[in-house]
Amino acid sequence: MTVQTGIGARVRRKEDVRFITGRGRYTDDINRPGQLHAVFARSPHAHARIGSLDITKAEASPGVVAVLTGADLAADGIGPLPCGWLIHSRDGSPMKQPPHPALSQGTVRYVGEPYAVVIGETREAAQAGADLLDPDFEELPANVDTASAQGVAPIHDGIANNLCYDWTLGDEAATDAALASAAHVVELDIVNNRLIPNAIETRAALGDYDAGTDMLTLYTTSQNPHLARLVLSAFVGLAPEHKLRVVSPDVGGGFGSKIFIYSEETVCGWASKKLRRPVKWTADRSEAFLNDAHGRDHVTKARLALDAGGKFLGLKVSTVANLGAYMSTFSSSIPTYLYGTLLAGQYTTPAIFVEVRSVFTNTTPVDAYRGAGRPEATFLLERIVETAARELGMDPAELRRKNMIPKDAFPYATPVALVYDTGDYQACLDKALALSDYAGFPARRAAAKARGKLRGIGLSCYIEACGLAPSRLAGQLGAGVGLYESAEIRVNPTGNVTVFTGTHSHGQGHETTFAQVVSSRLGIGLDQIEVVHGDTSQGQFGLGTYGSRSLAVGGSALMKASDKIIAKGRKIAAYLLESKPEDIDFEDGVFRVRNTNKAKSFGEIAFAAYVPHHYPLEELEPGLQETAFYDPQNFTYPAGAYVCEVEVDPDTGVTRIVKFTAVDDFGQVINPMIVEGQVHGGIAQGIGQAMLEACRYDRESGQLLTGSMMDYAMPRADDLVNFDLDVVRTDCTHNPLGAKGCGEAGAIGSPPAVINAITDAIGVRTLDMPATPLKVWTALQAGSAAAKGS
Amino acid sequence: MTGFGDFLREFGDSMTVKVTTTVNGKPVSGDVEPNTLLVHFVRENLGLTGTHVGCDTSQCGACTVHFDGRPIKACTILAVQAEGHQVVTIEGIGQPGNLHPMQAAFQENHGLQCGFCTPGMIMAGIGIAERNKGATLSEETIRAELEGNICRCTGYHNIVKSIAAGARDM
Amino acid sequence: MYNFTYHRAGSVDAAAAKLAESGDAKLLAGGMTLLPTMKQRLAQPSDLIDLNEIAGLNGITVAGGTVTIGAMTRHADVAASAEVKQAIPALAKLAGLIGDPAVRNRGTIGGSIANNDPAADYPAAVVGLGATVVTNKREIAGDDFFTGMFETALDDGEIVTAVRFPVPQKAAYFKFPNPASRYAVVGVMVAKTAGGIRVAVTGAGPCVFRQPDMERALSGNFSADALSGISQKADGLNEDIHASAEYRASLVVVGAKRAVAEIA
Repeated sequence: MTVQTGIGARVRRKEDVRFITGRGRYTDDINRPGQLHAVFARSPHAHARIGSLDITKAEASPGVVAVLTGADLAADGIGPLPCGWLIHSRDGSPMKQPPHPALSQGTVRYVGEPYAVVIGETREAAQAGADLLDPDFEELPANVDTASAQGVAPIHDGIANNLCYDWTLGDEAATDAALASAAHVVELDIVNNRLIPNAIETRAALGDYDAGTDMLTLYTTSQNPHLARLVLSAFVGLAPEHKLRVVSPDVGGGFGSKIFIYSEETVCGWASKKLRRPVKWTADRSEAFLNDAHGRDHVTKARLALDAGGKFLGLKVSTVANLGAYMSTFSSSIPTYLYGTLLAGQYTTPAIFVEVRSVFTNTTPVDAYRGAGRPEATFLLERIVETAARELGMDPAELRRKNMIPKDAFPYATPVALVYDTGDYQACLDKALALSDYAGFPARRAAAKARGKLRGIGLSCYIEACGLAPSRLAGQLGAGVGLYESAEIRVNPTGNVTVFTGTHSHGQGHETTFAQVVSSRLGIGLDQIEVVHGDTSQGQFGLGTYGSRSLAVGGSALMKASDKIIAKGRKIAAYLLESKPEDIDFEDGVFRVRNTNKAKSFGEIAFAAYVPHHYPLEELEPGLQETAFYDPQNFTYPAGAYVCEVEVDPDTGVTRIVKFTAVDDFGQVINPMIVEGQVHGGIAQGIGQAMLEACRYDRESGQLLTGSMMDYAMPRADDLVNFDLDVVRTDCTHNPLGAKGCGEAGAIGSPPAVINAITDAIGVRTLDMPATPLKVWTALQAGSAAAKGS
Repeated sequence: MTGFGDFLREFGDSMTVKVTTTVNGKPVSGDVEPNTLLVHFVRENLGLTGTHVGCDTSQCGACTVHFDGRPIKACTILAVQAEGHQVVTIEGIGQPGNLHPMQAAFQENHGLQCGFCTPGMIMAGIGIAERNKGATLSEETIRAELEGNICRCTGYHNIVKSIAAGARDM
Repeated sequence: MYNFTYHRAGSVDAAAAKLAESGDAKLLAGGMTLLPTMKQRLAQPSDLIDLNEIAGLNGITVAGGTVTIGAMTRHADVAASAEVKQAIPALAKLAGLIGDPAVRNRGTIGGSIANNDPAADYPAAVVGLGATVVTNKREIAGDDFFTGMFETALDDGEIVTAVRFPVPQKAAYFKFPNPASRYAVVGVMVAKTAGGIRVAVTGAGPCVFRQPDMERALSGNFSADALSGISQKADGLNEDIHASAEYRASLVVVGAKRAVAEIA
């Protein structure tokens, strides 16, 4: 049984049946009797003062029940939305955090910012009312540009140069010395393009207040319902924690965008309490584009110092990161601790220094999006390494190999604060080169040339840090929350099991993977295990799902809880079998007195625990239910090597990926089928960033130019190919599963591989993402013009 | 002037009328306004919430249903236009324990993650299989014909596999 | 979506009369552009006159060297039609490149050309193949039908009932899709017809246009090489985040060459 369903088995997903038959239950599928509908009035301007706001016409509109504004919110003591990670600048001063009210209070700072909500009997009635709101906007100068943000008028009073913080990491003097003494210095300007997450389910919220019990239930599309409840109660003041139930039912993808606490769920909960009726809001796609936290948006200058033989001596990085108009829930941590700490990559670079200035602009807030900081670091590093190889005339694979941390050097402390526990980077690279037939590339390039096509190949060797992180360390670095995870195993009297996890699955397949872990550990069938998540009234506190943490941290908690169940089971079995707990073996679901055939099944032990007629009640409580919290000792460090091969049509600039190879090291894998699916999806998002997706604002008006799928190019089936995957396995040394996390790897490793391939194909030094046909064609034209001119 | 009988059906702005159609083989009816979209009729009037809304611009395909046997986007047709036609939603093609081969293929090949685009993908996949009946269904054809269905989770790799397998089993 | 009065027309005459009598009425054909536009509240027609249930407005007939396509014929039916594939394969191919399969199952040729979106594909076929647009009132030469961005020669109360395509000796269509919307950034129909060479370009400009320089060059020598010296002026072409005017101009030439190469 454990062979087919336990750890390492390609088990078909338990959750699929409801999804493939249309029986999934997403937030918008839930309706409550007497429910009202909320429509948010959103700023049409990138920056404006609201002189006056006449709500009387809207209030009088048929079917409108209430019109609420930021002033009402303030009057009811509903506080601003907080940022949960305090960063300090290099001078020791804390970051400048402007208030972020759930409904704007006097000034709007990005197109789409909500400034009022109209609540109606139907969505149409609310919309008709919202159309009658006639705010008196006084437009103010707006800036959407990252690089120039420090030089324009402040968009928040009292925040000079629009600078939130000026953060550094690493040894600047040592890095400067390395640069000064180097045989070669490679310099690169890099833009990491702003992305719009676009989970296919848009965000939604339904507040349902019961005045009889004073209980507010909030159904919402959250990746972390307990965290949402904590923030909404402790910081926003929506309701006390014990009077607030947050339910995240089936959630249609998150990619980070559903971690954060937004205006709309806050307002739906508050309005439901105020109006004593359920209040529902479901974003349309336009609202998702305008208002869901965006990702990336860095402008960077980097310098890599190398000795004459190609050894990396130092890396100096200066980045400006765009935070948008306000600080989202974790926005401050993304361009700092999730970015700067990754700049050693897989390499032994001895001196690294990074400075990050995070700035406010008149754009949608920016926060974690699949990879969150690590794709930005990896893109920078793998682009500059590739560029160095070209400038030194070295094979890019050889230059990487020469600088890789050797596999016998772990644990390895980097100059940017991390200690990698384990890895085998050379093995990943070797496997990727073999699988992609790297050696055969010159012949394929020649064949393509004969067909009039330009073929290129690009590598990327990434590292990431997942499963963050020891709570104590996170606290020292400014985190406002702990970073452990919890699990509860409730063995039912009949011997089957209900598992509660504080993580949340919105596509990752926890109902299957976590059941496999428990099945392996407790020796019971997969069909005897139900995994429950997403309802604060059912499971114990947990931190949710993001940062590829669920298995490494949540799965480890599950292992601990399983161990506690087994330990108690041993005591019960010892009593029943007239032995001692230390003489009881537990294997394949059977408690057995060592070297005897005296045994009790797991089910018999469960029954004995709940019907304790023959039971050591003096020493042991009845029941069989255990909770565990697991706090990680370190990050986990998945790593891998990706190879992308492209063919460019020089006449049109169209680039086709012809082969994509990914070799990853995720440590122990519970379900390879699910892990491969995660890698596929991550690669698709990375290729999307590299070739298709660009969030664009008009520089003059601040309007979002890519506000729908008509303008923002989402990766489609015909943009992509089948991916060739393989794995290398070095288990994480510090968690009980040896697992490292796989959710973000694809999105981290792939963008530089793609751009390295395209720049190789067309013979240019740099090309900003996304490498659209227009950009590739333009670069080729510039190249041929330069060639003609010379 | 138009004469009596020239219009098969007329009803005014903000009037609510009863629409009768066939959904999943059963006659159904519900009160709608002229501007009620088929997807909202199916979700809200009939409570068939397997058909999803993922965009406003007819791009994502999460709302794909079969209309007279062909996949269409239920977000880009009025509910009243379904009168006299046959609509089939994801709930109508197979149930737990009695899956349609395309549904079974999605589970078997891990062709879904969050599940939100999945009903539309399955309905589109059946359309691909039916349009290419008798022909060899290449990966390239499947990818090209999935143009109207967007998935953010899977990278399409396993969706393409699922549709190929589902088509074989249909 | 704003609300409206819905009329399901039983005949073209009834639809035309209603269209003439209500100022802000719009015809509902496939709805693939109109309904999304209304959903985004960018259009607020007082009345929608649904043409979908009118008998006799759809269907394909091929006879006497002409392919006649009823106005309410869905793109999918044109793309899949064995007769069209036989007579004008480029037309079937073009229809199969519009939107996506679900859109093609609803969208109609009449709706597409009456809307005259500058990035639509069908205008390139109508002009490039020298088609005739048949309405409830008259016949309009394809060359005269498209008058400007979203503008056509249709009068108030005039409804497209069919499009007649003369079968060319050869024709080919090149499409360069927008990476996001998949509409045509540039579409080029090249046809060798009884009346001479036609090159029609959609997507590139505010309205479909013929490319006389290319037509002349190809008249003398119908080969891709004949287009080598020809350039398309970028002046007046569309500009957006996906394609500059210069890029579109270049794609017109590349597209024409590729279309010619396919059939030369």
